[in-house]
Amino acid sequence: MTTLPASTSRKLGLVIDLDTCVGCHACVISCKGWNTEHYGAPLSDRDAYGAQPEGTFLNRVHSFEVTRKDAPPMVVHFPRSCLHCDDAPCVTVCPTGASYKRVEDGIVLVNEDACIGCGLCAWACPYGAREMDADAGVMKKCTLCVDRIYNENLPEVDREPACVRTCPAGARHFGDLGDPQSAVSQLVAERGGMDLMPEQGTAPVNKYLPPRPRDQLGAAGAQAPDLAALCDPSTDGASGFLGWLDRALERL
Amino acid sequence: MHPAPSLIFFTVVSGLGFGLLAWLGLGVVRPTGWAAFWWFGLGYGLAGAGLLASAFHLGHPERMLLAFTQWRSSWLSREAVLALATLAVMAPHAAGAVFWSNPLPGFGLVAAVLALATVGATSMIYAQLRSVPRWHHWSVPVLFVLAALAGGALLAGQGRAGLWLLLALAVVMVAHWQIGDRRFRGSGSDAGTATGLGGLGAVRLLEPPHTGSNYLLREMVHVVGRRHAHKLRLIALPLAALLPAILMLLAPSWPPMLVLAVLLHLAGMVVARWLFFAEAEHVVGLYYGRR
Repeated sequence: MTTLPASTSRKLGLVIDLDTCVGCHACVISCKGWNTEHYGAPLSDRDAYGAQPEGTFLNRVHSFEVTRKDAPPMVVHFPRSCLHCDDAPCVTVCPTGASYKRVEDGIVLVNEDACIGCGLCAWACPYGAREMDADAGVMKKCTLCVDRIYNENLPEVDREPACVRTCPAGARHFGDLGDPQSAVSQLVAERGGMDLMPEQGTAPVNKYLPPRPRDQLGAAGAQAPDLAALCDPSTDGASGFLGWLDRALERL
Repeated sequence: MHPAPSLIFFTVVSGLGFGLLAWLGLGVVRPTGWAAFWWFGLGYGLAGAGLLASAFHLGHPERMLLAFTQWRSSWLSREAVLALATLAVMAPHAAGAVFWSNPLPGFGLVAAVLALATVGATSMIYAQLRSVPRWHHWSVPVLFVLAALAGGALLAGQGRAGLWLLLALAVVMVAHWQIGDRRFRGSGSDAGTATGLGGLGAVRLLEPPHTGSNYLLREMVHVVGRRHAHKLRLIALPLAALLPAILMLLAPSWPPMLVLAVLLHLAGMVVARWLFFAEAEHVVGLYYGRR
């Protein structure tokens, strides 16, 4: 049924740290790799070696520039994927029941055998989290690596989403955001984790941690950098042996 | 949004068909025999052709029957159920009129209500989407139902009623455009809320996540329509509503005039519906620095 569950036992999701993300796209590649080889239809590419390559991805990294008042502009790398919303509009619009939100852990999934490929769920998602696979004709989306996190054939350290496992900067965290005692919930509370587009009323489970404030020139306690080191060396006023050496070398 | 020809054809033609069926079901015209055959046939043909066209944009049309199952939550499913119910309930009324010269007005009346509900459900598929602020407004269902009623009136030979409905349609079209132009800003979504970084300063895209295109950009970021929106409105409004209304003022019951009015209306609705899709902006464009 594409009606949403009134509540879910757990709220598994991601916490993405915009302060630490270095924009390396490793999560994009590991996601593409895992989800092409495992759950459901592979994520296809079109014209992969041609002039206009494109493909299906469940995770993409944008880079934004923030122009701040009285401070230098800031570059923020921004991974974008399914937020596994509590009030997921993509689920309720589905005419076939292919889209559903799991009661046991809150993961939003697509049953690809029931998907007619109408694309309405992708329209309903404000975050662009769903992409129709051009080869398979079914809707693809982040599964929160449902085939990893419960997979007892994997070593325990690998039982987390591929993007989290691979992130070299430790910018991605996985856990139960419905449990206030969980590490991810504590992280969100401590760092002021935020929802994307709260005005869309989707109640996202995934949270984003804002960039930490940067050191500022002239701020109390901050030491002004040694700007002299950046200037051309000056020999004005050099006298004696050093003055002679300076003049002699200059003439060479 | 991408103006897919199958969706434009589907919404315009099936809207017109269900509009005609609503008038026939209400019993405003009571044809019998061959006249009823052609009239009901036209209604069924238009409605059915539109529904078939809508199947063409599916990735897996062979699983279409599943789309009848989720009427509790999905407007698309409700539309499918209502469309089928309309055609089924109208059948005894139509068959009675064609074969026994004895229409069954009870069935007709229910079917007329179902026909309008079907068009309403079609419009709600778009109006429910908060992610497309221009569509997320009551003017969309009013626009769709009025267009179906006005077009249906012309096809049913109801020139007088058609005149008033076309004038109302013109007013709602203009209102929909005027209100729609302010919807995106009114939605409160911008690059700042999309990234959550708005509190720090002005946010702009520095590097897109990919150099090529993708499904999201092809499906939801469409610029051509908005660039020519003004011209297209000036084309759509006279064709869809004003010119047919003038024709109905001149000769509301002369068949050639009705046919001409229907053709003009149809052409105008195709332009208006193309624009309806093409100028609607999806908030996902905010992540790509374009809308």
